[in-house]
Parts: sequence; C-alpha cells; structure tokens
Amino acid sequence: MAESIKIATRESFGKALCELAKEHDDIVVLDADLAAATKTEIFKKAYPDRFFDCGIAEGNMIGVAAGLAAAGKVPFAASFAMFATGRAYEQVRNSVGYPRLNVKIAGSHAGISVGEDGATHQCCEDIALMRTIPGMVILNPADHYEMIEAVKAAYEYNGPVYIRLGRLAIDSFNDPDNYSFEIGKGIMLEDGDDCTVIATGLVVYEALKAVRELKEKGINARLINVHTIKPIDKDIIIKAAKETGKIITVEEHNVIGGLGEAVAAVTAENCPVPVYRIGVEDTFGHSGPALGLLAEFGLDKDGIAGKISELMKK
Amino acid sequence: MNKSELLELKKTACKVRQWTVEGVFNAKSGHPGGSLSAADIMTYLYFKEMNVDPKNPKDPKRDRFVLSKGHCCPALYAALALKGFFPTEEIKSLRHIGAMLQGHPDMKNTPGVDMSSGSLGQGISAACGMALSAKLGGDSYRVYAMLGDGECEEGQVWEAAMFASHYKLDNLVAIVDYNGLQIDGSVEDVAGLDKLNEKFTAFGFEVFETDGHDFEQIEDTLNKAKEVKGKPVAVIAKTVKGKGVSYMENQVGWHGKAPNEEQYKTAMDELDAQLKALEA
Repeated sequence: MAESIKIATRESFGKALCELAKEHDDIVVLDADLAAATKTEIFKKAYPDRFFDCGIAEGNMIGVAAGLAAAGKVPFAASFAMFATGRAYEQVRNSVGYPRLNVKIAGSHAGISVGEDGATHQCCEDIALMRTIPGMVILNPADHYEMIEAVKAAYEYNGPVYIRLGRLAIDSFNDPDNYSFEIGKGIMLEDGDDCTVIATGLVVYEALKAVRELKEKGINARLINVHTIKPIDKDIIIKAAKETGKIITVEEHNVIGGLGEAVAAVTAENCPVPVYRIGVEDTFGHSGPALGLLAEFGLDKDGIAGKISELMKK
Repeated sequence: MNKSELLELKKTACKVRQWTVEGVFNAKSGHPGGSLSAADIMTYLYFKEMNVDPKNPKDPKRDRFVLSKGHCCPALYAALALKGFFPTEEIKSLRHIGAMLQGHPDMKNTPGVDMSSGSLGQGISAACGMALSAKLGGDSYRVYAMLGDGECEEGQVWEAAMFASHYKLDNLVAIVDYNGLQIDGSVEDVAGLDKLNEKFTAFGFEVFETDGHDFEQIEDTLNKAKEVKGKPVAVIAKTVKGKGVSYMENQVGWHGKAPNEEQYKTAMDELDAQLKALEA
C-alpha cells in the first residue's frame, strides 16, 4: 500500500488535468478568476495556451464551455461550487445539460469545510442542484487517488459531468495499486452486517475511521464509498439494504437533495429499510476553522461514530 | 451582388416569411414578430454568406450560426428547410408533440442548428466558445450570433462581450436584431437600451449599423466585418418587427402570438403578392 498523503482534492484535480493534457490536445481549461483557489493554476502554468480565464463571470464561462464543446473541445470549467452550480445553474441546465454537451464542471470549496469564508461560500446545495439536471453525472471523490482517476473517467465519458472538489487537505486512504474507478460503481471499504454506512466525498475517510472504531465496540457496520452520486449504484445499495437492514448516509451537504435522498429513493422503491441521513441539517454554515466546523456539524470521526451508535439503538 | 442575386435573395426571404407564418399558425403559438424582423438577415446568412452544407451539417470546418434570440426559430427553421437541411413539411408540425422542431432551437435533433438556445443571453457565450475553438485549432470558420435588442438587457450578454473582446475574437460577429420592441413594450420604455452602439464600442467591439432589411447594406456590412482584425464585430441591424405582414409591423402584440385562420390567410395572401411581384 502506497503511503498516505495529505492533499486537498482541488489540488489533486489540478494535477490530474496536467497529466491528462499531456496526452489529450482537446482538453481546454476555463476558470472564473479563482485559478489559484481551484488549482487550475497548475494547468495554467503548464499549458498557458489552453487555459482561459473568464473573469468573474461564471454564467458566461459555462456558456463558453458549451460552445467549445459544441466545436469539439473537452472543456473543464472550474469555479467555487457555489458559483459553478448556483450562480450558473441555469446556464448549466440550458447550455450544457439540455444539449448534452461534453462539458466538465468542477466545483471547488464545496461544503462547510471551506472554513473561514463562511456561509456565502460554503456550498451545501451543489449536489442537489446538479442532480435535477437530466443526464448530469455527479462525481464526488474522497481522496487524492480517487480524484486522479475520477478526472480521467470524466474525460473519457462523453457528456456533462460535475466534479466536486474540496478545499481542505485530507489524508488519502485508497491504495493506488489496488484501486479502480468506474463511474456509477460504489466501493465497499468495510464489510459488515449490522448496518451499512454510505458516505461520499471528503467525509468518507472520517466515516471509515468511525466504522473501524465501532467494530472494536461491537458494531459491525458495512461501509460503502459512493463517489458517483448520479448515476447512483443501485445494486450495491439494494444489496446492502437486504443484507444489513439499515442504512446511514454521510455527506458534507444539505441532507435535502444530496446523497441521503438519492439512497433513500433507491431503497424506498426496491427494498424499504430505514435510511438515516447524517449531513448538514438544512442550515447555513458559518465562519470558523474547517476542522472545527466539521466537528461542530458532526461530520468528523467522533461525530459520525456517535451518531451511528445512537441510530443503532433505534 | 448583382441584380439577379439580389432578386433571388428577396424571393427567398419572402419564402422564409411564408414558412415562418406557416409554422407559427400551425403551432398555434410562437413568436412571429421577431422572426419576421430577423428573416432577411437569416436569409442573407444562409443563402449568401455562410459556408454550410445541408448534406454535411456537422462539418467541423463550417461557419456557425447561433440564434441567441432562440424564440425566433420559426425563421431559422424556414431558412434551414429552404436551404435543404430538412423537408419544409416539418415546419407544419412545429411545437407539436413528437415534432423535430421544438419551440426553441434544439441542436440534438434538428439538422443545421448549431446550438440549443432560447434562454436569453446564453447563445452569445456559446458563440464565443465556438469562435475561441476556431482560434485554438487554427480554423478559418466564422461564427455569427444573432441577438435580440431586448436580449441585450441580460447581463450575460455583456459578460460575453468582455470575453470576446479580451480574447480578440475577430471571427465572431454579433448581430443585434434591433426592432425596438420587446414583450412589455418598446425597449426604450422597458429598460432603455439607448446608445447600444456606444455600449458595444466601449466593450471593445468594432460596431457597424445597417438596415436589416436591405441586402446590399447587409452584404456591405458583413464584408466590412471580415476586414476587422483583433476584435469582435457587433452589427446593429435596424429592423421592423413583423416585417412583411402589414398588420404585424411594429405591433408589440405580435411578439408572441399566432395568427388566427383569417389573419393567417391575410398574411399568406400578402406574402404571395410580394413574391409574385418579385417574380414578375
């Protein structure tokens, strides 16, 4: 197993773009004056001729990306999740989603772990917004190695993709030598039969630590990493519902419209079992250090473990 | 252009108007006013200006047209059908369930439509992306975007204008169909677009004004646009909303309304008469 490295998935994204661009001339990168933050600056330095800053104008950026895709390029358009999916929602819907253009949208600084910038920049609605657009693929990688593979998969897939990026540096836990990424396929990280924890993105590693800790306390939970929220892996969810009878979802997103509801829709229609959602409880975030906020919102290892223990008593 | 070319364009424009009215009448809804004001410019683009081939509608080297004022697609569909992209009969099922021709342009299903559009302000950005792609690939194709005057109230138009100018997209021509009317009234009463030419100039465009119903002026303007280097071009085309159908001309009420049976007959009779006069 390769050594764990601590790196924000936004940085992994920037590096992945550079690697891909070596082999693929059709990759073009757009940003809206946030290249230093979304880490597209890594690409910008390596490939200045294929990088276009659109200025603080996210709606136009998405439209330009649509035009580039219509003309045969593969544009990656990056901004903060709040602006890429919120400010530019309608451009994503009408200029990218409806014509099903081959545009990759990267939303950085997703979730409350943005930290000190506070509520206006802590986007906990991006997954909900993107889920409503027909045909949109939503990827939410959980660590460095997963992000590298997700960016490759997004490039290889012909159609619109939203990729969620985090600001906070996090430990990697996947083993790159024994890892494969497939759009729409969840990954079981721990087996168990008392319940199934389904997590996505930045909080997967926190959930992993929580599940491992609980095993020592006699709760034998299964853990599934759902890196693709749409299309969601129905098979792995139905199997988990049948075999463990209880599901707990964990996401750094509003419990409305995110992973939890996507999972609940699958179980409700195929194998009804209780689904409990751990996430941001329909509230706005606020300023503070990222780790402190994750703890406050119950999305760190201790918070997740505590909530699972509590739910197992139900 | 010589006299016979001019006559042919006028006749084609008349047919574009007939099929526009045919489409909106059969759909029992749609936007005849702005379609008719844009009909001559679209006719010029598809029958004189642009390098497009109905047999190869996805040719990567083709010129592009983005109808940013997507609601005026009845005229675009008429021009595309008459050019041979699809049978004119399709126009009779415009906006019907299962029809190829949607209420706003759909690039996925309609041959010749280069970009889906209809949400105002968005087409011009896509046109910028296409023009940028041409620059990147060293392609010589040109991109024409048609905007409504009312559409220029959308902030995205000006985001796109800054972008086009910043990246020196001299292969982009933004044509504003300046008919002076939008749904709620005249553009001046609704939002005040005064000095639109100066606005585009301030945003770094080379700006030309033309009579949007005079083919010789349109030709002269678009030829001049090709000489412009290092910056994008805006063409403010002065037009008459509802042009060609007497009772629709300059009437704001015909922005988004279909003619009834009698009105349809009157419109078609008028356009027939215009065509016969040209053929005589």
